[in-house]
Amino acid sequence: MKDILKALEADPRITPEKIATMTGKAVDEVKKVIEAAEKDGTIVKYKTVVNWPKAGEPEVDALIEVKVQPQKDFGFEAIAEEIYRFPEVRSAYLASGTYDLALLVTGRTMQDVAAFVTNKLSPIDGVQGTATHFLMKRYKEDGVVYGDNDGMQRLTVTP
Amino acid sequence: MADRRHNYISQSVENIPPSGIRKFFDLSAGVPGIISLGVGEPDFVTPWHISEAAISSIKKGYTMYTSNYGLLELRQELSRHLDQRYSVNYDAKTEIIVTSGASEALDIAIRAVIDPGDEVIVGDPTYVAYIPCITMPGGVPVTVPTTMDDDFELKSSEIEKRITPKTKAILLGNPNNPTGAVIEKDELEKIAKLVEKHSLVVISDEIYDRLVYDGMHTCFASLPGMKERTITCGGFSKSYAMTGWRVGYVCAIPEVIEAMMKVHQYIMMCAPIMGQIGAVEALRSGEDSVQEMVEDYNRRRRVIVNGLNGIGLECHMPKGAFYAFPSIKSTGMSDDEFAQKLLRQEHVVVVPGSVFGEFGVGHVRCCYAVALPDIEEALRRIDKFVKKHT
Repeated sequence: MKDILKALEADPRITPEKIATMTGKAVDEVKKVIEAAEKDGTIVKYKTVVNWPKAGEPEVDALIEVKVQPQKDFGFEAIAEEIYRFPEVRSAYLASGTYDLALLVTGRTMQDVAAFVTNKLSPIDGVQGTATHFLMKRYKEDGVVYGDNDGMQRLTVTP
Repeated sequence: MADRRHNYISQSVENIPPSGIRKFFDLSAGVPGIISLGVGEPDFVTPWHISEAAISSIKKGYTMYTSNYGLLELRQELSRHLDQRYSVNYDAKTEIIVTSGASEALDIAIRAVIDPGDEVIVGDPTYVAYIPCITMPGGVPVTVPTTMDDDFELKSSEIEKRITPKTKAILLGNPNNPTGAVIEKDELEKIAKLVEKHSLVVISDEIYDRLVYDGMHTCFASLPGMKERTITCGGFSKSYAMTGWRVGYVCAIPEVIEAMMKVHQYIMMCAPIMGQIGAVEALRSGEDSVQEMVEDYNRRRRVIVNGLNGIGLECHMPKGAFYAFPSIKSTGMSDDEFAQKLLRQEHVVVVPGSVFGEFGVGHVRCCYAVALPDIEEALRRIDKFVKKHT
């Protein structure tokens, strides 16, 4: 199963037929494994990583540290949910260390992000403080190194 | 009259034919949108932890010569590695030399055992460096045909037919470049019997030892009684994607090591220290990277072999290395014509099989250490090309 999932992780558009060739398994078996993994949530979703600035669409990302007051009986869960339900929050994590929640927030402009922090995030009951770090350059995302095509080329023919 | 410029060139070098590989390198220069299946190296860059170890050692000032034998630390890691993987015990202090790639290992091994007139048995098709490395010190290569019917496996029965009183050594490339053939253990055992019977030495080039997909690689020296009669050549280039680092090794019993050392110390002094430090890191923590790369090659192997057979270019399933070696005889073209036209018309580079010997004629070598989308695009172009010409 691992080899099938690996193939899909590398290329979500790959066909079951191609995976079958790559792994030496029967097409039906591959289809069954994929179906089961989709059903039980092993495959969370099929994703495309887009370099939006390259597409001419401005995008601003910020990493926001949030200190919160955990609630009786719910701990961090309820307040985390209140926060991650906002569509501006692309990713949200509970973190150990000097703050509690780590958020990755995306907006079209810095003002968008600032407005989100000021108007939506900070006023939430239980949010004790935030620190917003605007991300200035993306070097690597989801294992993909950005703008990494100026490396040395291999020779075309070698022994 | 011969060109005067050639008057200085030695006869033994003059006699080496021009490299067919280099010819294709020149032909492919400047061709736009090229997809090359003509390479002989991984498409991965060296795993970062290995590069990082070397970079940090340079910063600390590790920039000197090492012992001629190589860093003891590396030899100790190699000794442990070979013992764990193949149960062959080479002493770190007396039975291993770290070389500048397996290429140097091969060269000093041949020079240490071959006198002018000695015959060396070698499979055909074969790696391009083998024959020149045999002839330069005056050795006489005796080739043994291997064919697609046997998945290009070198057969002991064919070797035996060619043993004469002048036979000194058998040179094995296992797994094989260009065919991807792996010699199975039972066949190696039969070869070992011949070696014993005729008091031969085996130079075993095992540079592709980690790239074996079906079954396990057998280190020739691990066979009973063979350590004394084997010179094992290996390296880091293919397994750890470290071709540019130039680190390899050669293992043998102490008296043979001392003979090879006489050559190594004067022609190379030592392998580059940065490469040696990277190699130590590779052996200590590189196993996960090797596994990942091997799994990736294995997927591509199935795609390319399946694709070539689908196009109508008959191709056996290679068991090792990263080459497919299909027959192109169905197109009616010679392998050289096929490769040249494919390059000109479809911008795909393959290497004509005749470069690797008489029994490579009618085949082409297609390296699948190439990103999968490029392999798929190359297959589409080859398909179009074959349809147009048949």
